[in-house]
Amino acid sequence: MTPAFSAPSHCLRAEGLEALRGEVMLFEGLELTLNSGQVLQVDGPNGAGKTTLLRTLAGLTLPEAGEVYWDGEPIRRNRAAYAEALNYVGHQHGIKAGLTVLENLQVYQKLTGGNGDPVEALVRMGLERQLHNPGYTLSAGQRRRAALARLLLRPAPLWIIDEPYTALDVHGVALVDQLVREQVLAGGMVVLTSHQRVELSDLPLLRLRLGS
Amino acid sequence: MNQPAMLPAFFGLLRRDLLLAYRARGETINPLVFFVLVASLFPLATSAEPNLLRTLAPGVIWVTALLATLLSMDQLFRGDYEDGALEQLVLSPQPLALMALAKIVAHWLVTGLPLTIVAPLLAMFLQLPGEAYGALMLSLLCGTPVLSAIGSIGAALTVSLRRGGILLSLLILPLYIPVLIFAASAVDAAAHGLPVTGQLLLLAALAVGALTLAPLATAAALRISLD
Repeated sequence: MTPAFSAPSHCLRAEGLEALRGEVMLFEGLELTLNSGQVLQVDGPNGAGKTTLLRTLAGLTLPEAGEVYWDGEPIRRNRAAYAEALNYVGHQHGIKAGLTVLENLQVYQKLTGGNGDPVEALVRMGLERQLHNPGYTLSAGQRRRAALARLLLRPAPLWIIDEPYTALDVHGVALVDQLVREQVLAGGMVVLTSHQRVELSDLPLLRLRLGS
Repeated sequence: MNQPAMLPAFFGLLRRDLLLAYRARGETINPLVFFVLVASLFPLATSAEPNLLRTLAPGVIWVTALLATLLSMDQLFRGDYEDGALEQLVLSPQPLALMALAKIVAHWLVTGLPLTIVAPLLAMFLQLPGEAYGALMLSLLCGTPVLSAIGSIGAALTVSLRRGGILLSLLILPLYIPVLIFAASAVDAAAHGLPVTGQLLLLAALAVGALTLAPLATAAALRISLD
């Protein structure tokens, strides 16, 4: 697999991030730097702010304080460039119940570009028999697989994936590990949250523990 | 870099929404059913006196069309919000306002346009004089896109609230009033054989303005709602 994005080195950096949920401080003064070819695993107990941190890094949530930089530029000031660089798979799967699995991916591709083959991506995720099934017939694990298939449609230097292992079986987990590995070896970077032990010890893995 | 083109994205999202609307036909025709039911109850509830109905007709048809649109507005972004598709939209490299416009156009195609098409039927129930049919259709054709466009701002602002329906109505109903006044007055004037060009041009101007500006406001509101 060739790195399809022209990747010199990229850098995701957060400075002095602070987030509140209601009146509760989730984290403050959070600093992190992630370079090409690195994985950041965010862990911590339920409610520690993992999803909030990922949404902040993706630019969906504005931090109370601090700033997220992509290649040295604040992400809120060059949204378009950051959107080009980012593949985000959130906590919610974003799979429309009324569309078939394949239609879901085709629409996503229209929105984000990319020249990956949707059928190929779904076959890779083990959904070859569900291609033409509507979203509402999928199990939770299959839905997650379909959501993760989006990662294969468009090469992007940065992946932010919230709980990629949730609801996946053993093969699914291994598959996600494999995708992450390929992304990192191609010079990309990955931010993910997980309660589980991540079997990626062969990769440059940074750990961030929230709520301790 | 593989910069995704804007037009395929626009039509991709438009087609997606139309497809979803088609597959959920039962729900999609709700506003239309409401429109027909309510407007056809008026002759029963008031009187079959043609002169009275003729006086009421422009107002009844327009108020009902407005409420039918309002009822459907809450659903505009709700589904996408709940399943996470909205996050994907916001994070896609497309201008969010353009995506909002695609959703507005899709909404109009499945609510405003059908309302416009069945309106002559209701006009017949309500004894509207023949010469006012053209003005009625044109006023709906220009007015309903304004309703969809302005409604999308309210829908975007209230999408993250669990019970946003009432708030949505309170927010956008006042903004619908100008459309209601000009449109009903156009139909009324036509029924009396008066010229209606002024009102229709104003409605058309409102439509152009709303379709240009509302997507920008909707995009900003969506970002706030997702925060």
